[in-house]
Amino acid sequence: MEDKFITMAHGAGGAKSQELVAEIMMPAFDNKYLRQMHDGAKLSVKNNIAFTTDSYVVEPLFFNGGNIGKLAVCGTVNDLAMTGAVPKYISVGMILEEGFPVSELRSIVDTMRQAADEAGVYIVTGDTKVVNKNNGDGIFINTAGIGELIEGCDIAPQNVKPGMDIIVSGYLGDHAAAIMALRHKLQLPDTLKSDCAPLNKLVAKILKAAPGIAALRDATRGGAAAVLNEIAGQAGVGMLIDEECLPVRREVRGFCDILGFDPMYLANEGKMLIFANKADTAKILAVMHADEYGKNACVIGSTNDTAPGEVGLRTNIGGIRIIDMPAGEQIPRIC
Amino acid sequence: MQGVGFRPFVYRLARQNSLTGFVFNDDEGVLLEIQGEQDSLAKMTAALRTEAPPAASVTEVIVQAKKVLTADKIFTIKKSPPAIARKTFISPDLAICPDCHREMMDKHDRRYHYPFINCTNCGPRFSIVEDVPYDRQNTTMKKFSMCSKCQKEYTDPQDRRFHAQPNACAECGPHYTLLDNKGCLLEDDSEKILVLAHKAIKQGKIIALKGIGGYHLVCDAYSDGAVMALRNRKKRFAKALAVMAGSIEAIKKICKVSAEEEMLLKSPSAPIVLLNKNEDCQLSVNVAPDSDCIGVMLPYAPIHCLLFHSDDVFVMTSANMSEEPIAYDDADAQKRLTNIADYFLVHDRRINMRVDDSVMRVFRKVPCYIRRSRGFAPAPLPFVANKKNLAIFAAGSQLKNTFCLTKDDKAFMSQHIGDLANKAAYDSYKKAIEHYQRIFDIQPQLAVCDLHPEYFSTKYALATGLPVIKVQHHHAHIASVLAENNISEKVIGIALDGTGYGADGHLWGGEFLLCDCTSYERMAHFAYLPLPGASAGIKEPWRMAAYIMHLLYGGQMRKMECDLWKIIPGNWPLAVQIAEAGLNSPLTSSAGRLFDAAAAVLGIRGKINYEGQAAVELEQVAASGQGKILPYEIQQRQGMRSINFLPMFKSLIENNDTLADKAASFHLTIAAAVVQTAQLLSRQTGVKKIVLSGGVFQNLILLKNVLTMLEGGFSVYINRKVPVNDGGLAFGQAAVACALINEK
Ligand SMILES: [Fe+3]
Ligand SMILES: [Mg+2]
Ligand SMILES: [Zn+2]
Ligand SMILES: [Zn+2]
Repeated sequence: MEDKFITMAHGAGGAKSQELVAEIMMPAFDNKYLRQMHDGAKLSVKNNIAFTTDSYVVEPLFFNGGNIGKLAVCGTVNDLAMTGAVPKYISVGMILEEGFPVSELRSIVDTMRQAADEAGVYIVTGDTKVVNKNNGDGIFINTAGIGELIEGCDIAPQNVKPGMDIIVSGYLGDHAAAIMALRHKLQLPDTLKSDCAPLNKLVAKILKAAPGIAALRDATRGGAAAVLNEIAGQAGVGMLIDEECLPVRREVRGFCDILGFDPMYLANEGKMLIFANKADTAKILAVMHADEYGKNACVIGSTNDTAPGEVGLRTNIGGIRIIDMPAGEQIPRIC
Repeated sequence: MQGVGFRPFVYRLARQNSLTGFVFNDDEGVLLEIQGEQDSLAKMTAALRTEAPPAASVTEVIVQAKKVLTADKIFTIKKSPPAIARKTFISPDLAICPDCHREMMDKHDRRYHYPFINCTNCGPRFSIVEDVPYDRQNTTMKKFSMCSKCQKEYTDPQDRRFHAQPNACAECGPHYTLLDNKGCLLEDDSEKILVLAHKAIKQGKIIALKGIGGYHLVCDAYSDGAVMALRNRKKRFAKALAVMAGSIEAIKKICKVSAEEEMLLKSPSAPIVLLNKNEDCQLSVNVAPDSDCIGVMLPYAPIHCLLFHSDDVFVMTSANMSEEPIAYDDADAQKRLTNIADYFLVHDRRINMRVDDSVMRVFRKVPCYIRRSRGFAPAPLPFVANKKNLAIFAAGSQLKNTFCLTKDDKAFMSQHIGDLANKAAYDSYKKAIEHYQRIFDIQPQLAVCDLHPEYFSTKYALATGLPVIKVQHHHAHIASVLAENNISEKVIGIALDGTGYGADGHLWGGEFLLCDCTSYERMAHFAYLPLPGASAGIKEPWRMAAYIMHLLYGGQMRKMECDLWKIIPGNWPLAVQIAEAGLNSPLTSSAGRLFDAAAAVLGIRGKINYEGQAAVELEQVAASGQGKILPYEIQQRQGMRSINFLPMFKSLIENNDTLADKAASFHLTIAAAVVQTAQLLSRQTGVKKIVLSGGVFQNLILLKNVLTMLEGGFSVYINRKVPVNDGGLAFGQAAVACALINEK
């Protein structure tokens, strides 16, 4: 492909569109389903399925630890995994802005392929549109995915009962800190890096070791605080988190200190929370600690029946602070 | 009001004057019918006004002449029907009265040294009431059945314990015991526990003492070691601790006490009163390390009188960790205080409602509230604007929370609840709201809350399912003064405050509002500055100070000689950077933040340990200085004035005055700018009434400066019945909601 930048013609359905698909998308995503070249992909699964979709907009598009393409694949893969499914097939829809550099597009689709390979999913269908200059932020990506539900598991927030352990799969806040630091050109250590990763293989291993896990959820927008509140509300249980146990990297802690953020509310792209019977905790942690994406997993608290729907944080000085649902930006409540 | 001995008083009065008839509580208050000679009738009605017991605040005596249909032979106290009793009010908890004190100290009295002595004039009330009507079965005294002697007092209308619901004696009532910090019984002999506890305190130990509205931590305020140990264990490192003294003489040894202050200390409400330390105050410096002021109270519960010798001064701080609310539940206290206290001096009467000590101060001979709680709540405030008899629930603020429920022409302001983000405080909030609704029989028709979307009180109000009115924070502050004074015309409201959510989404706090209760127009404000790191910027005043330096000197800022550099951390450029980038750096017009920034610029404090610390220390430094008015600018754009204090900061940094003089100049300059703005607005609008509110007006130097400069041309009002800080906010919210509905 000779063009250095995306033009309106690349989305018009003519020769330029075909060229874009044939020279960029197909070589990158190539697999037997994609090669069918139908209007839709013909697929088969043995069991009940999970089905999800998500759209990705991020600024900046490239960051330490990944790019928008990796987010789009991992996000959908993780959403499927969190329902207790093995992700199988995903679709990719792209909206490109006129003038978007082709080199960046190549780099994004290459990353998507790598992420799909790592997760063991096929990109089976796709679509590309182009919008006029200034009508988009370079690139928007939508992915949808189908996964096969793992037999013998029942993952649902309603299954969370009082007296369960709450496990987090690793350090909190890495993604949001890396993105914000870059977006605002803050001088911060290079080690500050997005945690963007596919968690499906780890989830499969955990569910094999402990099929009775009550609920799983990836702590993306709104961070761990949002997940805890959602599940506390859906399950009607209380939760008490120990501040001392929260895993936060030193550089992220520093970032939060200077910016006045609470790491509990920062978005992650490769972290999940697990709600499980205490009897399963040791087994789960053993599996996690052997995996790249779970090696820093730990118990951060437990559920209770004393404060239904409420999430509390036992602070380092001993009191319990209420962690509520983030409504939007963190506005100081102090008078 | 219930439980203040009014009916027995009426009974005695009627007997003295040989009058017959009856008395009972009806839904409006006390109804009294007397028959007799004209002279005696006149004497009695006069005495009702003048001789009523101290805690019964008689608002009105209405006299109606009636024909005698059937002549009564005697005077009786009739029982009030229960449904009606609900409508009369529960008294606040009252300090031990002189009569009970005398008995308790009399070796021959049957209640000698009995720490639960009380009568119709004194004792616990609100803290032990579980339900209405106010009788023993509905209090936490129900588990103690009165012995025959107590029962006799209780049923004898001639006795001063007639219908004293918590009436008890050592025979039949609750008792204190002394436990170790594991909860094991050390001693239960009533005399020995007093001796042991006192000895332990004198030896530098810390005692958790269960009192009226909760637990206190007690230690010897003269002992550096004891006070330091208490601070370390409680993790409260800086904020001043309140003390209790065995006698007014003991207080006079450590503090200056005016006649008004002495009266306040000795009043039945027995609040903590803020007093100025004497130069030669011998108390441990650890009691109030960065303040010339100290919070002092006199014994109010009988146990205090028994424990304290007359020259003792003990730290008497609410028992909790750092920012937690006061412990009041026995199991909870045992758990929470086991690592703080060495001994527990506890009793077996349950506390139903947590009630903190009230904090007050005398300003220009008039008492005003810093915290309105024990001794005052839940006594209602007049709320005469409530013409439609609305039942309003006002949710209050986030910090220093109190809530308010209205009924007819009364507003029930709750006791101090605290920081709602704290689970224990939020639980109290929910429990207290339900309790008030039940005991005062109020079913709110409408909720009112702050504009701040993240206040827990806002979220609570929205979750009630009631129609909700949102009121801007500073409008509510000003409205609280309007409601206190029943002012209905437009005023110039000046709210100098920390940070409150503004109608434009910025954080307000230096506001000039042309307003009445229904609406406000923002006429002027302190110029906006970014607050780098939002709540982190509040906890670390050096941040805004650094940004001010950046605005004044740009790249040259580090070359400027300034005491800020002595207290600033190494990563300060990041704070400037995030403010420049607008990253989590909301704009604020807060006056409080300006005080903080000035404290940081002057090198007094860069990081605070408790709310208001930097400003308190700045005020302390300013007290010994000579101020002058430094330059500032009042800018006007599209009818909105904004006051820019950057020129003042430039002068503070560059002039060669002493630190004390600079701090004084800061106060004077803020006052001058505020007053000049008020004058401009008054000229523009013709409004001559000025209302001051907001927590920054707790700064007495500022308040005196502003009042002095405003004297003459204006009528100036400030909070007297509720705190000027967020503890009074709910009252203002209720006033705004009421006015809005009245208008409809
Ligand atoms: Fe306020
Ligand atoms: Mg999703
Ligand atoms: Zn008494
Ligand atoms: Zn008795």
